[in-house]
Amino acid sequence: MIRRLFIVVAIVSFGLVFASLAIGYTEQQALRPLAESYVRLVPQSLGAPNVITGILLTYRGFDTLGEVAVLFMVAASVGLVLGGGRSPRSASFEGYPDDARTSSEIVRSGTEILVPLISIFAVYIIMNGHLSAGGGFQGGAVIASGVLLMLLAYPQYQPNLEFFSVTESVAGALFVLAGIAGLIVAGGFLDNRILPLGQFGAFFSAGAIPLLSVLLGIKVGCELSVILEKFRP
Amino acid sequence: MISSIVLITGLLLILIGLWGLLTHRNILRIIIGFSLMGTGTHIVAVAIGYVRNGTAPIIDRALDLSEATSRAVDPIPSALVVTAIVIGMAVTAVMPAFAIRLYDSKKTLSIDAFTESKW
Repeated sequence: MIRRLFIVVAIVSFGLVFASLAIGYTEQQALRPLAESYVRLVPQSLGAPNVITGILLTYRGFDTLGEVAVLFMVAASVGLVLGGGRSPRSASFEGYPDDARTSSEIVRSGTEILVPLISIFAVYIIMNGHLSAGGGFQGGAVIASGVLLMLLAYPQYQPNLEFFSVTESVAGALFVLAGIAGLIVAGGFLDNRILPLGQFGAFFSAGAIPLLSVLLGIKVGCELSVILEKFRP
Repeated sequence: MISSIVLITGLLLILIGLWGLLTHRNILRIIIGFSLMGTGTHIVAVAIGYVRNGTAPIIDRALDLSEATSRAVDPIPSALVVTAIVIGMAVTAVMPAFAIRLYDSKKTLSIDAFTESKW
């Protein structure tokens, strides 16, 4: 009873605060000065048509590096919590009859069609990060959804965890090395001018942004796949 | 107008997620409440960045280089939300891991069974 009352009071007070936020909100008429300088500078000095990817990988590249570190920490902590010493895991696995474990025909046929399409779509999103909407994070999440589909449809599918872990670590190390190369050769840490800027809107343009997108996509995809694989019975 | 609708939707989602995580006793439903709160916060952040009659800050056929600074929406909240979505998913992955361990120890998914951790 007291708990219910407390919950209602909490929800109502949060609701009042949010209502005051919503009532006092007016749409912006023009960009704020920092946003306007970003929208002007990214096509001009970074050579990337997609302003958001330019911000994420160059102007706020350090936050992206922090995010990569957070992902790595989460993968390590999931491995720690779900790691060795779980109670009867393999015993219940062998207890099931074999045809109760395989998935149905529809799921398997759908997976055979969808997984190549998902993989190509993920690579397209990663490679087009600097030209249109997309980038490393988005493509990495789509790769992980493809791996999840494989895990759900084929219970006997054993992805090579060693390969994923090594690939993800190498991609992370190369990301930091590209940042340090920016310190030595170009303007600062994670500057994208270590590679030539190229022609605006071409596929190979915007300096190191496609390279960083690819490394980020590989790292995020492998990370999320490792996390998903740990949850298998 | 449109961004007010999106803002109110995001705030409502936060309230629903908060109510869900305070009311339910099943661990999985509490996790869904957290996820709803996260999604609501992302929607609120993107809605605040809207500029009147603006379009996406990508220079292509729809948005010329010369009119970019006058017609683009704020790119900074969108960039922050991209990172926040991936981190939110990764942190939400830790919660079912703990739920699995809790279930292994008490064989039930109700948080009422874990009373001995109160002081």
